Amino acid sequence: MSNFWSGWVIVIALANIFGCVWLIWWASKPKQGEAAKGDVTGHTWDDDLQELNNPMPRWWLWLFYITIVFGLAYIIIYPGLGSYKGTAGWSQTGQYEEEMKAANETYGPIFSGYAKQDADSLVSNKMAMDSGRRLFMTYCSTCHGSDARGSQGFPNLSDNDWIYGGQPEQIKASILDGRRGVMPSFAHLGEKGIEEVTNHVMTLSGRKADEVKAAAGKATFDAQCVACHGADAKGNIYIGAPNLTDKTWLYGSTKGHIVQSITKGRNGVMPAHRDFLGEDKVHLLSAYIYSLSK
Amino acid sequence: MENETTYNYRVVRQFSVMTVVWGIVGMLVGVIIAAELIWPAISFDLPWLHFGRLRPLHTNAVIFAFGGSALFATSYYVVQRTCQARLFGGRLAEFTFWGWTLVILLAAITLPLGYTSGKEYAELEWPIDILIAVVWVSYAVVFFGTIMKRKTPHIYVANWFYGAFIITVAILHIVNSAAMPASMMKSYSAYAGTIDAMVQWWYGHNAVGFFLTAGFLGIMYYFVPKQAGRPVFSYRLSVVHFWALISTYMWAGPHHLHYSTLPDWAQSVGMAFSLILLAPSWGGMINGIMTLSGAWHKLRTDPILRFLIVSLSFYGMSTFEGPMMSIKTVNALSHFTDWTIGHVHSGALGWVALVSIGAIYMLIPKVFGKESMYSTRLIEHHFWIATIGIVLYIASMWVSGIMQGLMWRAVNSDGTLTYSFVESLARMYPYYTIRFVGGLLFFAGMLIMAYNVYRTIAGHKSNEPAVQTA
Repeated sequence: MSNFWSGWVIVIALANIFGCVWLIWWASKPKQGEAAKGDVTGHTWDDDLQELNNPMPRWWLWLFYITIVFGLAYIIIYPGLGSYKGTAGWSQTGQYEEEMKAANETYGPIFSGYAKQDADSLVSNKMAMDSGRRLFMTYCSTCHGSDARGSQGFPNLSDNDWIYGGQPEQIKASILDGRRGVMPSFAHLGEKGIEEVTNHVMTLSGRKADEVKAAAGKATFDAQCVACHGADAKGNIYIGAPNLTDKTWLYGSTKGHIVQSITKGRNGVMPAHRDFLGEDKVHLLSAYIYSLSK
Repeated sequence: MENETTYNYRVVRQFSVMTVVWGIVGMLVGVIIAAELIWPAISFDLPWLHFGRLRPLHTNAVIFAFGGSALFATSYYVVQRTCQARLFGGRLAEFTFWGWTLVILLAAITLPLGYTSGKEYAELEWPIDILIAVVWVSYAVVFFGTIMKRKTPHIYVANWFYGAFIITVAILHIVNSAAMPASMMKSYSAYAGTIDAMVQWWYGHNAVGFFLTAGFLGIMYYFVPKQAGRPVFSYRLSVVHFWALISTYMWAGPHHLHYSTLPDWAQSVGMAFSLILLAPSWGGMINGIMTLSGAWHKLRTDPILRFLIVSLSFYGMSTFEGPMMSIKTVNALSHFTDWTIGHVHSGALGWVALVSIGAIYMLIPKVFGKESMYSTRLIEHHFWIATIGIVLYIASMWVSGIMQGLMWRAVNSDGTLTYSFVESLARMYPYYTIRFVGGLLFFAGMLIMAYNVYRTIAGHKSNEPAVQTA
């Protein structure tokens, strides 16, 4: 904040507070020619509306003064007047960092202890798995669901089907640095071309489809889709291309869903948690997620 | 009878009746969304019945349609009576009625369809925003024009509050709604990031301060002394709390953005001023309740006065609760919980709705040329049903809110959170059910009021009394 704006804030904030004090003082003063205490002021509206010249209640004035003193003290102790930092040296970033530091000192050793153990021994440790489950409920359940079974666009973590691999280290890599599952749009194939590929894709998982269209679609598939999904259509865990021959469908298995995936593409994002949770907690979390599919 | 020698009661009648109608509509939507939180399936997967679309419809309907109509009706009545002058601007007052009605109808169509600017309490898209600005400026012209041609030497205190409300709401609305249109029903805010958030909550909190507080204090300052037949308790107090209230409210918005990207200084200043706001807020409550000294016995026989006085008690309670919740330590627990919903409704149902209902019960017979409301007994029933409804509503939200806050921050010995979000949600069902019952009772009270109003005005004669001369 520039000095000008800082000064501006200070001046109008203090002017408002001291303005209230002045207002009380000014209004408490007896005015020349005014009605006696407790009498009506002498003005009348709408036949019978009048006002009494009563003083302000003393207890109410005290309440007013106390809040004013408190308010002033608060913005002297805490940062309130422009770029003035306050006598306590408090800031919300400072408070956050202090609390995080204290928490890391208290709880950090628990998780660094777990980080030294491999996934298999953690899976058989009930306390570790309880901690892992609670981390999952806090950080993962929003997308993957409280039961870890996911929903459209969010993978099911409780089955044995893994887009990026289901070994503890692979799960850990997914959580630490995130994943971007990009399926490009194939709108250029045209409605007919997409219809044909869709029919072929449906046969891959053993479903009935129009044989003529599927045959035509296979040619397109072999030319355009195998680069990612593989010649056997079983996918590629290194780029997160899903297996198209099984019954697990991240974005839906119906014909309509498949047409939509091919026409518009898909853009799945798993955010990175390395900086946010730290490696120790992610290690435990990946062991817990690993345990779900065991 | 359209001439300068009579009061314009026509527009007051229109807005008074619509206060009841919009109250029923807005509260019905509230009851529906409260039910959706218990039985989500009743939206039938229809997008326009989804909670996310009906919730802004509920807030807009109760604040701007119900509350707005009550403010238009009472301010047009009060400014004429206390200035001894017919409304200024000829048919401009009529325009404000039809313009405001159009705004409400457009809101009722566009919000369920999903058109929204995404700003809370300012969701309407830019063409409707422009219409609101035009209607509001016309309102200002009518109101201040009438003040200008008053035949009384002084401006009555109720009109200070109405005046401050009208001017400030115009500024708030125009500044916060500034946006770049992208198409007929889509625009982008003129502000970016944190600045946008700060402008939004400067607007949001002053919508509370000026629309829902200053305006309704205007109602209080006319209808309480009138119904009690007693002078206003203290002229000095009204001067001090008026100026302190309107200047201090302006700063309070940042308490909606504690522990956010908003710079520390703005958060601190917002909290300090929110605390200083306590006494100016209570000034209005004291002036209203103390006006009754010497006439307390009237509470036993007059349910209208009871509506007004109980509304002031709720006003005092929620303006105590507000500053407390603005304290960072308290806010760290209360923010994002149902406590906020409870706080808002103790203000909205307890203060705004009760004071409006009381004023409309007084106003209806006067502007329809009747001796009194059709049934005092029904007013009595309405009072008790509404009060029980409010108590159920706010008590359940306090309990569920504090429970949420505590569950969300509970940690285990390994530092992990004890409860997942959905576990806290599952515990809310009993409280959501109590809240639903409370809202249903309040809504039922409005139906009783509608029947009473209908019986009162059925077969009414036009009533345009002559402007007072003394």
